[in-house]
Amino acid sequence: MERQAVARSRRAPAIRRILTPYLFLLPALGLLAAFTFYPVALGTVLSLFEYNVIAPPRFAGLANFRALWSDRYFWIALENSVTYLAVVPVLQGCAILLALWVHRSARGLGWLRAAYYLPVVTSIVVVGMLWRWLYDDAGLVNYLLLQLRLLHGPVHWLSDPGIALYAVMFVTLWKGLGYYMVIYLAGLEAIPPTFAEAAAIDGAGPAQQLWRVTLPLLRPSILLATTLSAISALRVFEEVYVMTGGGPIYATYTMFYYMFDQAFGALHLGYAAAIGVVLAAVTIGLSVANFKLLREGGLAYY
Amino acid sequence: MSAAVEYAGLALVAAVTAFPFVWLLATSLRGSGAVFSFPPVIVPRPPTLANYAGVWETMPIGRFFLNTVYLTGMGITLTVATSALAGYPLARMRFPGRDAIFYAIVGSLMLPQHVGLILNFVTMMRLHLIDTFAAVYLPSAASVFGIFLLRQAYLVIPLEIEDAARIDGAGELRLWGQIMLPLVAPALATLAIVEFSAYWNSFLWPLIVLKSPEKYPLAVGLLNLSGLFAHNTRYVAAGAVMMTLPMIVVFLALQRYFLRGITIGAVK
Repeated sequence: MERQAVARSRRAPAIRRILTPYLFLLPALGLLAAFTFYPVALGTVLSLFEYNVIAPPRFAGLANFRALWSDRYFWIALENSVTYLAVVPVLQGCAILLALWVHRSARGLGWLRAAYYLPVVTSIVVVGMLWRWLYDDAGLVNYLLLQLRLLHGPVHWLSDPGIALYAVMFVTLWKGLGYYMVIYLAGLEAIPPTFAEAAAIDGAGPAQQLWRVTLPLLRPSILLATTLSAISALRVFEEVYVMTGGGPIYATYTMFYYMFDQAFGALHLGYAAAIGVVLAAVTIGLSVANFKLLREGGLAYY
Repeated sequence: MSAAVEYAGLALVAAVTAFPFVWLLATSLRGSGAVFSFPPVIVPRPPTLANYAGVWETMPIGRFFLNTVYLTGMGITLTVATSALAGYPLARMRFPGRDAIFYAIVGSLMLPQHVGLILNFVTMMRLHLIDTFAAVYLPSAASVFGIFLLRQAYLVIPLEIEDAARIDGAGELRLWGQIMLPLVAPALATLAIVEFSAYWNSFLWPLIVLKSPEKYPLAVGLLNLSGLFAHNTRYVAAGAVMMTLPMIVVFLALQRYFLRGITIGAVK
């Protein structure tokens, strides 16, 4: 009996040693399992069901997807979300240009960086309200453009169905510029100056240096930033919700907005999940294409 | 010549990103007059805090503020704690399944999180947590970015420090709590600050799970406010400044950590 007790007390630390790493991981893994893995997996399955929270889910096969195919609002939302992608090249181009300038001329000017970053840390609710005022018929944007004689009369930025989506896109650009600039700045600082020196010795002009040396070396940052930016463009919701509510007449209605309305407004949870799955498919397809396009480059390029 | 163009460009972009905030502050400090007056008023004469007092009296801004502080505090505490725990064995222990677990955690960034949103709502309903604060902070209490960040921080701690502590007879828990944790304090600070802006500004999820206005955080409350006082822009501007000011102060004071947060995330 005594020997058994000794054996047990010797075994106890061994078991504890085996369990220790898993116990450290338990809180994080439990939360990720409950609120990330489980809902994404089951949400994907839910797209094959009809579910309104009250009645138990009813298997519907591909009925949700067939219904989407002939759903006018789905196509409007898809078109708007895809159009929203136009913000990506403009935003990334501006962010790269800004990062190049800051890198070269304003490394010491911390307050400039802070100014660029201000919109990033500001709540989207505040940003949305602010721009609703700026975009007002009598607001600052119209005033400035009229003063500069770029307009003949005030533009109804958020109430003209042909313009509203682009007006919201500009706010996304304005809010994201500082964030992506910081990513590119980190990429630029990682490039050893020897590359630029070597190119200069070989007689490359500034433009050639930019296109042949700097941008290829920056490719990993560009890949990361364009992927992040494209994913959030396809999933855009908050800017639209705060500024236009999806209007006027569905001009700014997006995929995420439609999913939100179907899930939390109409309680068509299965249908909402189907919209979510289509959005996920578009996102993944685009990310893969982007990755293939930009994979090569970086320091390994040379 | 080209340097001058660059400085002009840099200043112009700074004006475009920062000026709206100046205008917002000026509007919130104006006593009277049309909000859309031209040229735009930058220095209100005389400046007044009447709009702040007015908003404070007519809306439970104080309540929203406390709710936001509570939600942000809980969220940061849980995220930092779960990351500090989970990052440790992933960096410094050998055990079966370690690499698989790490790749699963990092790989979850590729998952379409928006599909999970719907089911998280159902989960909260099943747990009878709708309209509670716990429903707001629980789903984001474990952060992939946080776990990754802390793992990196633990990885670079020299092995000698660990060995010395073991020779002194420190158990695993003491080794972690008294030796390792203080050494990763900068990473914990970076994480706390990145999470501060995420929780302080979080808007969509609270909007979905909170039903009673007395539980709203500032972001959701402010949106209600802008609907109620559509005619009184100065009140809404005062509310917006109250929401934004703490965030901007924290950002300006701890800028370095913010920027490090992004660049570490970018290397990932």
